[in-house]
Amino acid sequence: MKEKKVIVSLKGISKTYDNDVKVVKNIDLDIYEGEFLTILGASGCGKTTTLRMIAGFEDVSSGDICIDGSSVIGVPPYKRQVNTAFQSYALFPHLSVYDNIAYGLKVKKVSKAEIHERVSHMLSLIRLDGYEKRKPAQLSGGQKQRVSIARALINNPKVLLLDEPLGALDLNLRKQMQLELKTMQKKLGITFIYITHDQEEALTMSDRIAVMHKGILEQVCSPKELYMKPKTKYVAEFIGESNIFEGVVKDRNSDNCTVAIESGNILCSGDGYVAGQMVYVCIRPEKVRITRKAGSGNSLPAEIKEQIFTGNMMKHIAVLSNGHEIKIADIASYNDINIGDKVYLEWDAKDAVMIKNPTSPMAENFDTLRGVQ
Amino acid sequence: MTTSRSRFNFTALVYILPLTLALLLLVVLPLLYVGAMSFMGRGAYGGTIRRFTVDAYESLADFTYLKAVGRSICMALKSSVLCILLGYPFTFIVARKWKKSGKLLMFLLMIPVYTSSLARLYSLVIMFNSSGLINTALMKLHIISSPLQMLYTNGSITIGLVQYLLPFAVMPLYSSIEKLDEATIEASYDLGAGKIKTFIKVILPMTFPGIIAAFIILFVPAIGTYFITDVIGGGTVYMIGNIICNQFLSARNWPLGAALSVCVVIFILLMLYLYSRIGNLDDLGAM
Repeated sequence: MKEKKVIVSLKGISKTYDNDVKVVKNIDLDIYEGEFLTILGASGCGKTTTLRMIAGFEDVSSGDICIDGSSVIGVPPYKRQVNTAFQSYALFPHLSVYDNIAYGLKVKKVSKAEIHERVSHMLSLIRLDGYEKRKPAQLSGGQKQRVSIARALINNPKVLLLDEPLGALDLNLRKQMQLELKTMQKKLGITFIYITHDQEEALTMSDRIAVMHKGILEQVCSPKELYMKPKTKYVAEFIGESNIFEGVVKDRNSDNCTVAIESGNILCSGDGYVAGQMVYVCIRPEKVRITRKAGSGNSLPAEIKEQIFTGNMMKHIAVLSNGHEIKIADIASYNDINIGDKVYLEWDAKDAVMIKNPTSPMAENFDTLRGVQ
Repeated sequence: MTTSRSRFNFTALVYILPLTLALLLLVVLPLLYVGAMSFMGRGAYGGTIRRFTVDAYESLADFTYLKAVGRSICMALKSSVLCILLGYPFTFIVARKWKKSGKLLMFLLMIPVYTSSLARLYSLVIMFNSSGLINTALMKLHIISSPLQMLYTNGSITIGLVQYLLPFAVMPLYSSIEKLDEATIEASYDLGAGKIKTFIKVILPMTFPGIIAAFIILFVPAIGTYFITDVIGGGTVYMIGNIICNQFLSARNWPLGAALSVCVVIFILLMLYLYSRIGNLDDLGAM
């Protein structure tokens, strides 16, 4: 892979509001040229504030933001080489579609002929040719959002910031627009910084995802890695479904760790853990297998409590001996397992992902836990 | 829908009838009477003689009246525009920047509305008098040697009108400035427009309906006012309102007073019609 150029660099940025509420806490993040980076988080996690600081609508309380190598602290939004697509579209209601898209160029006093050419190009890119004379009030939600994206893209920004642009659209339209946006981004090669609370949207579209929680970046990585190797308990719970166990590292060899959980010892994969350390273990529902007989590896006895048929798969909920519920997503053998069956749950060590437990790095009650088994 | 609409709704009628009757009796009927009066002959001691004539309208062509009409329009225009120029920045700050302390400022602005207008006017007279506050202060400071003539001038009438009208300018401006979406302003900055360009290209056009509404609300009473011009103008500067008043009370030419009134009403209706057209355009453009 060729050397990637950093286009936006967040260096320890924080945002504290007047009432002493810290919404963004010391974030470090490099965003590369041409990538589709999504900042994913629940509402109120500080993701929009972060975006607004990059756009210049909010000042940073501390830290530095560099766009294309130079600091933009104190630079007003109209002098920054980024453009924004707003969640509420924020189209100018008194201007036509054409004039909305042309706005940025008109402000920069580009010649009329060039404006016409570039607006026409944008209109065909967003497939709204023939709509130039319409007012925003005469457009549907999806059309408004396309105009707002075209209006931002026409300035050829170094970075396009998208603040939950599809949030107000219905599900089908949203899925269609996701693909359209992704295609558009690949075609233009412009860096997209995309804000969403929708994990599926983030997984579908992004090159990298930055998960934000309570003003902190939890994990920044590819969608696949985020799902396969969550680094924090929050990420494991937030992205997809997961079964999470609390346990203590008992033993480790070159490949795996043995972790003592309440229901027994399980083999897990993870680097850099030491015996006695408290950890979480995350196992995805589709990695759990149901068997009739006890296996040699990770195998815990359980009873099937509930089954939900979703068409392409059967979702089971099984209860371990200690009452802990395990979710299982099964696409293979859902015919022969019924509610009330006594079964064994198995999974491979590589699918049991260890996560650090920040509340208590070393176990004080290790011995008591060991005594349980 | 159709059934409920076609069904006779007695309760609704009971609710609507009293005010409708009052408006008919107290506004529409007198106005029609004034209209009819303008086509009647002039009684020797006031009143009218029942015969059809357009004498009153013919005498409207007199230069004195045209001048008064022109002066009234000028004065109303000047004070309305001044009110908007003063009111717009005030309202902008109150509605968008100082949302908490703004409420107090709005309250302070509204106090004069609930105060006797006569008291407010005479306090202005006291300010502008040759022995008034301003003249005394300027003379004490040796800036002027003899008192300036401030009362009974167009300038003082304009100030009187502005202080009377200003609160009414702020109300329609407030509602249009307050509902301005912050995101559209941010979008303009985002697209490279600075503060001045954003104001001219986004904020001003989007609040234009409010400006027009304010203008109508100011202009209509300003053109018909006569007591402000009477008290501050001292009866020396004739506006159309003063002439109408004089025709009825001292010149005893009721048909002419009525014809002048009809002109004012038609002019105001015309303005309201134009406004409704602009208002409709705004509805089309609104989100």
